[in-house]
Amino acid sequence: MKIVVNGAVREIGSSPTTSLLFVLREELGVTGPKAGCQQGGCGACTVLVDGSPRRSCLLPVGYLDGAEITTVEGLGTPMSLAPVQQAFVHHYAAQCGFCTSGFLLAAQAYLDRGGTDDREAIIEALGGHVCRCTGYVKIIEAVAAAARGDTFDLTTTAPGKYTTVAGGAR
Amino acid sequence: MTAIPDVKPAAGEVVIPTSAEEAVEAFGDGSGVTLVGGGTIVLADMNYGRIAPSRVVLLGRAGLAGIARDRSQVTIGAGTSVQDLVGLAAPLGPCAANVADIEIRLQGTVGGNLCAGAGGEVPRGDLQGAFLALGATARSAGDDGIGTEPLEEFLTRRDERLLLDVSFEEPAAGAFASLSRPHTHDYTALAVSGVRTPGGELRLAATGVGSWGQRLPSAEAAAADPEQAGRAALGDVDLRDDALASAWYREHTLPILVQRVLVRLEEAT
Repeated sequence: MKIVVNGAVREIGSSPTTSLLFVLREELGVTGPKAGCQQGGCGACTVLVDGSPRRSCLLPVGYLDGAEITTVEGLGTPMSLAPVQQAFVHHYAAQCGFCTSGFLLAAQAYLDRGGTDDREAIIEALGGHVCRCTGYVKIIEAVAAAARGDTFDLTTTAPGKYTTVAGGAR
Repeated sequence: MTAIPDVKPAAGEVVIPTSAEEAVEAFGDGSGVTLVGGGTIVLADMNYGRIAPSRVVLLGRAGLAGIARDRSQVTIGAGTSVQDLVGLAAPLGPCAANVADIEIRLQGTVGGNLCAGAGGEVPRGDLQGAFLALGATARSAGDDGIGTEPLEEFLTRRDERLLLDVSFEEPAAGAFASLSRPHTHDYTALAVSGVRTPGGELRLAATGVGSWGQRLPSAEAAAADPEQAGRAALGDVDLRDDALASAWYREHTLPILVQRVLVRLEEAT
């Protein structure tokens, strides 16, 4: 069977009952999705499957023949961050970073379905994600900023690290 | 140190049926078969090696998903995602919205939720109470072919059956009340669903009072006085401690949830 990971077609050799998380990390070497609790409780392994957020640790890869998978590697690059990634940088929404890729993809899915900067709606949308650094306030602020379409000059926020300025234009 | 293999070998035989008929055939009499709906329960058990099934049937492509209406009769396929119920009327819609978080709801199925085995440390089957209050019937396949029976009867032998769909008559009014969740991904610690049928019958059922959902007949009989009905509900259940709540806590909150449902039903009628 084949799956499309961040635009690239990949042949899969694992058994159909293998979790997508295992396939991504161990068979394909795509390590953006993190193996946290591996029972659906932490959200760190969240990826987009045909644009819809899923816990990759709980998803049998046998369901995914032909599916398009987006991991954080497919969201943006350091030189061209997605708007939600820019918002995370600007609002210091990442601390240790282990939960960040899961939060980013859940946030991207929230924005894709028309999510607003309403605090309660963001909390509900991100409710399955755990940040053990407890950085929730900044994460919620970042998602709200991305939902409003705020623009950031990351050359000031993080000098020398990013060249992205406003809205992912570069 | 052992290297991590880059490919996982097959966990016994794996079947991926692409129609309901193929699913029924693959299930057979159910012996030795591990069913996977969305995967939210079974995959976690497999990830941790708690189970090593010899024959797995992955139901996600069997065409069992969908919500159909025929006049006042609603039929929900076992493969329908929990998230697809969120927009439905009470008690089912709010009950579904109370399940886990959006990613789990998108993946978890009605069949998996209703048929989940007793969870050991937590009550499972978040949707059972709502479907019991709706007086749902279950259509399922097994060693004696395909049959339909009240959900209450189906639940007692759900590990021997392949659930195909559940049906109910749309109620005149419905209500749902739950303990507020400390975290969105918890199983339902305690919730009460209520329905007033078009014929005027009242049905109450709870989730989180035991290993699966239960009707509350004593509370139904005392429903004219919501406070008394709340107390009467305690006679219908055998409360226990688990990882989500103590029996003591449930004893103090079940009557309140019953009252809330009865008041909301009254308002909705």
